[in-house]
Amino acid sequence: MKIRLSSIAHSRAGDKGNTLILSLIPFDKDDFEFLERTVTAERVKAHLAHQVKGEVIRYVLPELRAFQFVCFDALSSGVTTSLAMDAHGKSLSYALLEMEIQDYTKG
Amino acid sequence: MKEKIRIGCGAGFSGDRIEPALILVEKGNLDYLVLECLAERTIALAQKRKKQDPTTGYDVLLERRIEGLLPLLQKHQTRLITNMGAANPLAGAEKILEIARRQGLKTSVAVVLGDDVFGQISGEEPSMEGNKALKSYGNLVSANAYLGVEAILPALQSGADIILTGRVADPSLFLAPMVFEFGWSQSDVDLMGKGTVVGHLLECAGQITGGYFADPLTKPIPDMHILGHPLAEISRDGSAVISKVAETGGAITVQTAKEQLLYEVIDPGNYFTPDVIADFRPVSFREIGKNLVQVTGGTGKAKPNSLKVSVGYEAGFIGEGEISYAGAQALTRAQLAGDVVEKRIAHLFDEFRVDFIGMSSLHGAELSQDHSPYEIRLRIAGKAKDRRLAQLVGEEVEALYTNGPAGGGGARKYLHEVIGVVSVLMDRQKIKSGIKLFES
Repeated sequence: MKIRLSSIAHSRAGDKGNTLILSLIPFDKDDFEFLERTVTAERVKAHLAHQVKGEVIRYVLPELRAFQFVCFDALSSGVTTSLAMDAHGKSLSYALLEMEIQDYTKG
Repeated sequence: MKEKIRIGCGAGFSGDRIEPALILVEKGNLDYLVLECLAERTIALAQKRKKQDPTTGYDVLLERRIEGLLPLLQKHQTRLITNMGAANPLAGAEKILEIARRQGLKTSVAVVLGDDVFGQISGEEPSMEGNKALKSYGNLVSANAYLGVEAILPALQSGADIILTGRVADPSLFLAPMVFEFGWSQSDVDLMGKGTVVGHLLECAGQITGGYFADPLTKPIPDMHILGHPLAEISRDGSAVISKVAETGGAITVQTAKEQLLYEVIDPGNYFTPDVIADFRPVSFREIGKNLVQVTGGTGKAKPNSLKVSVGYEAGFIGEGEISYAGAQALTRAQLAGDVVEKRIAHLFDEFRVDFIGMSSLHGAELSQDHSPYEIRLRIAGKAKDRRLAQLVGEEVEALYTNGPAGGGGARKYLHEVIGVVSVLMDRQKIKSGIKLFES
């Protein structure tokens, strides 16, 4: 069975120019390793392909039990000049959380 | 010298609410209140206002914020540090003195100068974003360097009640009073890193107390209609406890703190400011009570030799038009309407875009499949160098009333001027800061 990322993690979107920055934080810190295996930079790039034209880099933060996804060329030129409705990309945390992942049983 | 200081953050952007700052000063037992009101583009817009009228160019809400705050700041012996000076801190200081005189109060303002480096920009410099000469973007209107602690410190040492700046790095607004009160050495990269962590956590105000966080199902936050803004009690060793005034709304938890720590951070191991290259990776949070989160860890490396300079340029005009469709075939009628306008005018624009609000305007078509909304709002946007051409977008959408699909309602049109922002690096030795004192 598949579940959505939104059921086990939360996220906040930020922007720097044309770069979209998405954090990913599990509600239960024991899900950190599962997320580390499952939500790779490649998967995020594929999931947000319509939005992110450039590279996606993932930072793994074990002390914080969190991840940071930095997505380049992702905000149709950036907040000051973009024609998009949501020029900052502030709503895109919830686009990441739409990702479907395999359900799992906690060990 | 103090062992602990208390700094509150009463505004996290130029349009932020006014009342949380008043509550912080009244009940937060603060040594310092910080108001962070300057986004990247705000200063370029302010620069344009200043050109038309040299007595303006400071934050448009400065007068309202200071009118409410000034009596409270005096009563509670709280100093204010704010970047509301925007493109014209000198005129902002005059305005503050005028308000003080009107209110029968005595105050002093130290203005931090030196961020405006427009005169030092030739236009040939390559941008950090595209490695293209600045002037290739368009007519340049502003260039402001991100100043840091070393520029703010003399203003604090002057003893002024209010420190008014233009462009400074947001965390520096918070780090400067820590350096001043604790006598930290600016070359102590560990303390500079820790203080920057605290500044970064506070700088967006409500974003650490539940704002931009709340989700009624997965992340419920109480009493958001009276959301409190944060304050930190910082110890000499750089650790801090983040809290808020009792009986305000919102929540401060490890979750809200983690989301804010990572907000807008490109590389958590190398967060560049004028004061330090901070490392957020060793930061840890602990809830030591309700709405009390202790922050420890964080460190840094030596500050960079260059400062970032934000350069504003004229980027044309954006015209927009919106119209709604509801009921049977709402989406297909909206699609027909979009098609009509696209066929008529899209070829005239540098950039053109058709959105279906309620369907796919935020996350694109792919993630929006399998939804069939009852109503749809068509939104069309176009960017052009010419104001009149940009205006055409809204006019064409409005004309759909009588020339477009059945049942189109609620048309609106908008036009705004676009100021783009790009960045360059500048040798920090070339940027000279200074202060100017004002007293009422």
